[in-house]
Amino acid sequence: MDKVLTGENMMFLLQGAGISLALALGALLIGMVIGVLMAAGRISKHKIFNILCGTYVEVLRGTPMLLQIMFFYLGIPVLIRMMTGVRVRMDVYVVALVALSLNSGAYQAELFRSGIQGVDKGQWEACETLGIGYWPMMLKIILPQAFKRIVPPLVSEFITLIKDSSLASCIGTSELMYNAQVLGAHYYDYLTPLLIAGVVYLCMTLVISWLAHKLERRLAVSD
Amino acid sequence: MTNNNPSVMIQANNLSKNFSGMHALKGASLSVERGEVVCLIGPSGSGKSTFLRCIHGLEKPDGGEVYLEGKLLDPKNKEEYRALRNKMGFVFQHFNLFPNLTVLENCTFAQMQVLKRTQEEATENALSYLGKVGLLEKKDSYPNNLSGGQKQRVAIARALCMNPEIMLFDEPTSALDPEMIKEVLEVIQELAAQGMTMIVVTHEMGFARKVGTKIVFLEAGHVIEEANSEEFFTAPKSDRAKEFLSKVIYD
Ligand SMILES: Nc1ncnc2c1ncn2[C@@H]1O[C@H](COP(=O)(O)OP(=O)(O)O)[C@@H](O)[C@H]1O
Ligand SMILES: [Mg+2]
Repeated sequence: MDKVLTGENMMFLLQGAGISLALALGALLIGMVIGVLMAAGRISKHKIFNILCGTYVEVLRGTPMLLQIMFFYLGIPVLIRMMTGVRVRMDVYVVALVALSLNSGAYQAELFRSGIQGVDKGQWEACETLGIGYWPMMLKIILPQAFKRIVPPLVSEFITLIKDSSLASCIGTSELMYNAQVLGAHYYDYLTPLLIAGVVYLCMTLVISWLAHKLERRLAVSD
Repeated sequence: MTNNNPSVMIQANNLSKNFSGMHALKGASLSVERGEVVCLIGPSGSGKSTFLRCIHGLEKPDGGEVYLEGKLLDPKNKEEYRALRNKMGFVFQHFNLFPNLTVLENCTFAQMQVLKRTQEEATENALSYLGKVGLLEKKDSYPNNLSGGQKQRVAIARALCMNPEIMLFDEPTSALDPEMIKEVLEVIQELAAQGMTMIVVTHEMGFARKVGTKIVFLEAGHVIEEANSEEFFTAPKSDRAKEFLSKVIYD
């Protein structure tokens, strides 16, 4: 057991944790852009937008993340080969980031949608009577207010992403879970690396919850 | 079709509005001349808000039409519709200030976005209106730190910053504690004295009598009576209005 516990191995796990965190953070931010656009599409009265965005959200929320990751890693290259004849090999980090982002985008679309629709109707009407256009209204009035209500579920989403990024280990993305498995296999000792990985995941999620709590208090100032 | 009497500010013809089978407005008409203060009164649920909101376009009327300075408010004619609506200021019962912006920002945001004023112009204009409603010292506060009366005065200043030709008020004092009603009514009265054209939905009969030049009495979605205010309060013609006035207290 003590053979696993070297400084070098700890660094290896921490590097993995860095990748996990980077994947989760990247997916959270890209997913946020997708989420805002999809939410706008679902709220808009434009039929086609509405259906497209609705379908996107339902498909990505209604299928397993593991399947989505596999689909991008193994399925997409087949599609490309069928259509163009070119053989491509996907970069595991890019696939992991894209899959996590698209998936998170679908969940965030729902968060933003309910957050936006939860903003008092009077705010929209005040903008209407002042002649304020759609995007200035959204960006300066509606979204900032929606955002406040969205912060707590957005934090849960970030925590979910940190945990779900471990699914990318199945395509060989060298993040925390994958690195723990690598050490386990190398030393024939799965217990220690998994326990350490668990503690590191827990530290990351607890720190995020704590930071979020401080942020919420900050945002509550104008109330 | 246009209405060519130049002194007519707003002409609403036969407006009707259904809310899923519920007839809130049944062919109500109204004409407002420049400088007039029209008070819309009537029992609650009689369609006053719906009437005012249909005139503004916040609700799309199912039937009838509204002319502003002789021009038809037609949502299909997007550019003109927007330009015409921007001539109307609207004050809500529940203020609807933007809670994430300071008082000053509440007043400058639309000026910069819609009227394309510079920050300096917008600020100067906002400060002058905040001064007029007596809230200059609150310019950096957030709305949630103001009293109801102060919020409503900010809302009035915010609407005035857009240089409206006519102001529409939907029960501007109904959400206020009694001791704050006066400060808001005084601001509206001052506006009237300066010649602003207004339509005011109100339950404040003393105000309607004193400040209103014309009273429009609504019941069950119909305009029952329309008269100049002194006439209405001293000698109402319809039985419905008599009955209504006998039930309300005013000084
Ligand atoms: N958005 C709405 N949806 C459904 N019914 C409504 C809506 N707005 C108003 N109504 C109904 O229309 C009638 C008139 O309402 P309103 O114009 O608010 O009356 P008032 O302002 O005179 O109290 C009421 O019966 C009310 O319940
Ligand atoms: Mg009303």
